[in-house]
Amino acid sequence: MTLTLDQLPDRQACTVTQVAPPANAPEWHEWLEEIGFLPGERVMVMARALPGGDPLVVRIGSSTFALRRVEAACVQVATEHRAADGAAA
Amino acid sequence: MKQAVVHVHRGGPLLALVGNPNCGKTALFNRLTGSHQKVANYAGVTVERKEGKLVTPAGKHLRVLDLPGTYSLNPRSPDEKVTCDVLTGHAEGEKRPDLVVCVVDATNLRRNLRLVLAVKRLGLPCVVALNMTDLAAQSGIRVDGAALSAALDLPVVNTVAVNADGAAALLTLLDRPDTWKRTAPIGAGAPPADTIEADHEAVRRILQGLGLDKAIPHLASDRIDRVVLHPLAGPPLLAVILFLIFQAVFAWAATPMNWIETATEWLGNGVAGLLPPGWLQSLVVDGVIAGAGGVIVFLPQIVILFFFILMLEESGYLPRAAFLLDRLMGGVGLSGRSFIPLLSSFACAIPGIMAARTITNTRDRLVTIMIAPMMTCSARLPVYALLIGAFVPQRTIWGGLELQGMVLFCLYVAGIVGALLVAWLIKRFTARNLMHPLMMELPIYHWPRLRNIAIGLWQRVMIFMKRVGGIILALTVLLWFLASFPAPPAGATGAPIEYSFAGMLGRALAVVFEPIGFNWQISISLVPGLAAREVVVSALGTVYALSATGNDTAGALSPLIAHSWSLATGLALLAWFVFAPQCLATLATVRRETGGWKMPLVMAAYLFALAYLASFITYHLALAAGWG
Repeated sequence: MTLTLDQLPDRQACTVTQVAPPANAPEWHEWLEEIGFLPGERVMVMARALPGGDPLVVRIGSSTFALRRVEAACVQVATEHRAADGAAA
Repeated sequence: MKQAVVHVHRGGPLLALVGNPNCGKTALFNRLTGSHQKVANYAGVTVERKEGKLVTPAGKHLRVLDLPGTYSLNPRSPDEKVTCDVLTGHAEGEKRPDLVVCVVDATNLRRNLRLVLAVKRLGLPCVVALNMTDLAAQSGIRVDGAALSAALDLPVVNTVAVNADGAAALLTLLDRPDTWKRTAPIGAGAPPADTIEADHEAVRRILQGLGLDKAIPHLASDRIDRVVLHPLAGPPLLAVILFLIFQAVFAWAATPMNWIETATEWLGNGVAGLLPPGWLQSLVVDGVIAGAGGVIVFLPQIVILFFFILMLEESGYLPRAAFLLDRLMGGVGLSGRSFIPLLSSFACAIPGIMAARTITNTRDRLVTIMIAPMMTCSARLPVYALLIGAFVPQRTIWGGLELQGMVLFCLYVAGIVGALLVAWLIKRFTARNLMHPLMMELPIYHWPRLRNIAIGLWQRVMIFMKRVGGIILALTVLLWFLASFPAPPAGATGAPIEYSFAGMLGRALAVVFEPIGFNWQISISLVPGLAAREVVVSALGTVYALSATGNDTAGALSPLIAHSWSLATGLALLAWFVFAPQCLATLATVRRETGGWKMPLVMAAYLFALAYLASFITYHLALAAGWG
């Protein structure tokens, strides 16, 4: 199963592998890439709103963005242990 | 959408500033041109094209254009489209820039440099301004300008837009003739989408070469966000901040308001003593001094409100507030992005409606525009303040809270609830499976710069004073004329105004407004209020000054209406102004932004209906409670 950004625990650093937009919003692919969600970029969930954990605060590269959960679900990620240690500091 | 064509300074080479949102572009523009622009800290504040003039050390005169911030040259909202149109030479009434200054945030090169590569491909002469180098140095990022210049094959200068000498290097560069030479052939508009990844790879290589390929944690900002964005602590904090602002608007403003009131009274009495009794004395004392004074007295409250809005904007808290409210907005079919235009509408609906240009989704943008006038704009503050001062007793309730401030807070809340209800209703009727993108940047916190706050406040004060001196004064004088002529017939017993044009008009309108408790004096005052809402206060001042049979003309309006209206009428008028049909300037802005008369007409009709309904209910409930 592919891991997406919205499924990550808070503050666990990951790497973007791919952006897969929903069928009814194909333009999101480009939009997310333009603000930095590109393969190989480091990404981490910083916080979530209540109730329902939507929207999310996401650190991508050196910027911070607020994403709705459906938006974060487009970002496929791979975990990265080395980075997780660095982020815990 | 058509952009207004502004040529502040004709001729001369054209220089355009381009950059990501939040890269300090507008601050650099202020430095370069000395023009007083608003600098804010959230994505998309620069919704209008701003132009200034610049003279280089060698005496070269340049036109400078501050283009809206954008992440790429593929526009997704109207304001980003402006930037692309200007750069590709497709903008109406604007020539293609002779030189592009790419403003780059040194703390976030990774994303910023992709835009530089895209702009470079357009083939325009291009210079990179490496901005915020001071902040970058604080977080341990030292950028080698020469190496970056070599890697990009573009001139690079260091700028610190907030410092006085921050733009000096850029000015020097502008004097070198080779800066202005085209280097590459002109490309064909926006690049295809697959170049994003190629550009990303190129930027990654450049940063690797500079030893800057590590992501930098922003610790201070993150520590603040742990509290501000905390799921449990964040929302109450936002509520407390907003509540304190409204308390301060009433509590802090009381003393300066007293000074202004005293000064107005002193001036009115003084002038009345100088001029012979007659129509001239009446025009100056009843029309000009009572009318304008009645509005100027609210300047302290407006200054305090704007001070807080500017502080929130400058610090970077606003997008966080939008984040916290996203769920609530989502519930009524909008996104957190609509929050910033709506918050601006608390100052004035016009900038709020224009700020809606940053909303990507067309439907969301339209709904935001339609509900923006329900946010209590500062022009309604004088009306609220007058009515609250007259009808709500001044006392503190539980733990030092001012009752008057509480009522004001409730009125603001009523407007917000009304707006959310309307948005929800629209959602019910236009509900399709729409996606509402949020994707909103949360910039690093900054200490608000005193200079920027001062510039913003000064602009607001000037706008307000110009309105007082211009349209408000003109309408007040016109109303004085209508209220004074024709003169009463010989042997008349009532006040002269009852026989005047205004009296007749007021009585005709009162037929419509009688069921909601408005007397003819209120009815006539509502008419000039269409031009600018605070005019209602000066209009009441004039109408009552002329209604008075005695000689208490320049006296304070507040005790006068407290004495002559029932509480039910006062409350009904407050309810009216929560929804009141907006001023003509707002309707004109809506027409321009939506490109037709349909939306402004729908807006005027539905707000009038809502206001009438709210007043009717309030009035009759108050009567039932025995407050008639």
